Amino acid sequence: MKYIDEYRDRDKAAILVKEIEALVAEIPLAKERPINIMEVCGGHTHSIFRYGIEGMLPKEIELVHGPGCPVCVLPMGRVDDCVAIAERRGVIFTTFGDAMRVPGSKKSLMQAKADGADIRMVYSPMDALEIARKNLDREVVFFGLGFETTMPSTALTVLQAEREGVTNFSVFCNHITIVPTLKAILESPDLNLDAFIGPGHVSMVIGTAPYEFIARFYKKPMVVSGFEPLDVLQSVWMVLKQIKEGHADIENQYARVVPEEGNKAALEAVEKVYELRDFFEWRGLGSIDHSGVKLREAYAHFDAERKFAVPNLQVADPAACQCGAVLKGVIKPWQCPLFGTACTPETPLGALMVSSEGSCSAYYQYGGVKAQAGAA
Amino acid sequence: MNIMPFPRPRRLGKVNVPTVTLAHGGGGKAMKDLIDDVFVEAFDNAALAPLEDQARFDLAAIAELGDRLAFTTDSFVVDPLVFPGGDIGKLAVCGTVNDLAVGGARPLYLSCAVIIEEGVALDLLRQIARSMAEAAKDAGVQIVTGDTKVVHKGACDKLFITTTGIGAIREGVTLGAHLARPGDAVLVNGLLGDHGAAILGARGDMALETQVESDCAALHGLTDALLAAAPNTRALRDATRGGLATVLNEIAAASETAIEIDETQTPIREEVKGFCEILGLDPLYLANEGKIAAVVPPEEAEAALSAMQAHPLGAGSSIIGTVNEGEAGRVTMKTVFGGRRIVDMLVGEQLPRIC
Amino acid sequence: MCLGIPGRIVKIDDAAKRLATVDVGGVKRQVNIACIVDDARPVEGCVGDWVLVHVGFAMSRIDEKEAAETLKILTELGEAQAEIEAMRLSAAEVGRAAS
Repeated sequence: MKYIDEYRDRDKAAILVKEIEALVAEIPLAKERPINIMEVCGGHTHSIFRYGIEGMLPKEIELVHGPGCPVCVLPMGRVDDCVAIAERRGVIFTTFGDAMRVPGSKKSLMQAKADGADIRMVYSPMDALEIARKNLDREVVFFGLGFETTMPSTALTVLQAEREGVTNFSVFCNHITIVPTLKAILESPDLNLDAFIGPGHVSMVIGTAPYEFIARFYKKPMVVSGFEPLDVLQSVWMVLKQIKEGHADIENQYARVVPEEGNKAALEAVEKVYELRDFFEWRGLGSIDHSGVKLREAYAHFDAERKFAVPNLQVADPAACQCGAVLKGVIKPWQCPLFGTACTPETPLGALMVSSEGSCSAYYQYGGVKAQAGAA
Repeated sequence: MNIMPFPRPRRLGKVNVPTVTLAHGGGGKAMKDLIDDVFVEAFDNAALAPLEDQARFDLAAIAELGDRLAFTTDSFVVDPLVFPGGDIGKLAVCGTVNDLAVGGARPLYLSCAVIIEEGVALDLLRQIARSMAEAAKDAGVQIVTGDTKVVHKGACDKLFITTTGIGAIREGVTLGAHLARPGDAVLVNGLLGDHGAAILGARGDMALETQVESDCAALHGLTDALLAAAPNTRALRDATRGGLATVLNEIAAASETAIEIDETQTPIREEVKGFCEILGLDPLYLANEGKIAAVVPPEEAEAALSAMQAHPLGAGSSIIGTVNEGEAGRVTMKTVFGGRRIVDMLVGEQLPRIC
Repeated sequence: MCLGIPGRIVKIDDAAKRLATVDVGGVKRQVNIACIVDDARPVEGCVGDWVLVHVGFAMSRIDEKEAAETLKILTELGEAQAEIEAMRLSAAEVGRAAS
């Protein structure tokens, strides 16, 4: 497949690995401690495990898996709200597939579906709108989940619904923003990160300028990366070059998709439909200011939070949960006492075990062939 | 084979209404008409014709075909009932035939029990029964006994079929997942994931247009050819629900070995790859209905491959990996990129991801 | 949110609603192309273009030049490595011949 297969080329991988090894040998810091590179995005975590990239890198490089997985950071209280809406008579609750297994305080959406709620998996918010058109006697709610990558899609769907005068469609908005998350991580005292591999698809919407503060203020390099394994390796190489050369800049490895200025039409739709919430709760990370969006007053009739009464309770994680520490990269998944024992993909206690991008689930299922050797 | 010859041919009953009603499950004349019209008409064979409560066979005749009886059952609840490449009927026959075939058995007779939701169209039932008859004929098996139930609306999803099959295992043929040994070769007979992709596409909830068809087929001809060329084959498994990844994990666990496969040798159709890329699915876990995984001693691997490739259902066969010493039960894959990943057991259902 | 996949626009379904059909490895799906069209690049001209698709929306045009550039960097790196290796080998040869 074009634009995919070329970026999975084994020979080019070997070239990069050689360069990476050469660079690591020239970085003095690497002799004292591992070089900690955080890859923020769940999609990068997935790629790294799916292709076994970690095992290809020299041991001096530590890939830290960050909180860029919107399914993973979904608080239990919000899942409870989803279930409450879904269980109402006459509601068709539509959602992306991977959100269905996240546990709420009583049940997940998957369990609510088994109990009889009309919950349907969709690939796109447009499909949810189509369900609304086809079921005029029902209320269709779309679970809007995701970072800035997905915000425009939900927004454009709301705008389309408005154009058509659809009245039985609404969005339960859980869109979150990446920059406050990155700030929270950079401010965290437990962290010792040297560089970042930046979220490629968030950036195709917001551009690369929003990350400048990471280089200017915190003096850490960041390379915005594509998702194919060659993209990730190349980004690691670019980050190491900056570390060796002793400077910190925001670079764009994913230039074939990410325009420096972002996407105008997407940003306009987002600006039109949403406004920032004062604060939003993130599972494992607590409350972060200005990290979530909600629908503007003008679109109140498409806002499920206003249409339906939801419990809106803050539900604490089980006390033993270390999701927050893992999300920030402070500890590795296997260092959590519940990993693999009480918390497994079959019986997930925390969201990091539920989503296939959550680092705990990824480690458990895909390996960490290196990690398991380390843990042993 | 039948020790009770049927006295005289009789006229078959017919159903004159378009949809199935509870009356058709009542045990009376309406039910006889349904059975005659739909099933007897389609399956028509000497063992079935008497319509006794059981089909009867001469044991000695079966014993001439092998020294062990293979006996298997499977239920089919696929949705949609009809999909590109087949329907629930074809699936019900091929699935059970294949379960016998991977035990090294020659499939002989099938039973067919159906549970029909009231309101199902008679024409659809006739179509499915004909499909079963055709699949049985192609596979050289007979459907000799069955059961019919009709349930009220909502009690089942349109149609559920259970087929049970018996076959005879030839003397000297011993297959078992636990028999895999380090050094053995792992083979598959062609493109993986077609059935799973076809079904997901046909369900429509993801609104994806695809030409992929189910690979549903009876494999005993292929397994016969394989076993003739590689008589010391250790294990054969039908890679159905849960895909190739699941059967490899089962084999590794049962034999307490490690298995490693090579992504570059694992055949997957371009379109199925595209399908999986869009939805974020892993093709190794998609269901197949015409694919087996075979574990073969290294000295017989080439012969096994040639024999499978020569068969119409094995044109795309490939040696995909090896059984090794290592962590017992561990399945890994050398990725196209050169790294290594673990191929674990599936947890729950594979869900499309947005991340 | 990350899962985005390159696809080629094969036809326009509804220009007013900005809907097109995209082909990914032979699988087709309707997508919304509002984000990748403007006055300079109108809907009608999109057929044949490669775009990045995420949850049913085309979110970016794939820049063929940049794509080639990314790979070119790696090819050049590979060539440089090969040259260095060749020099190293020939230096070793010279060393052996001299001793």
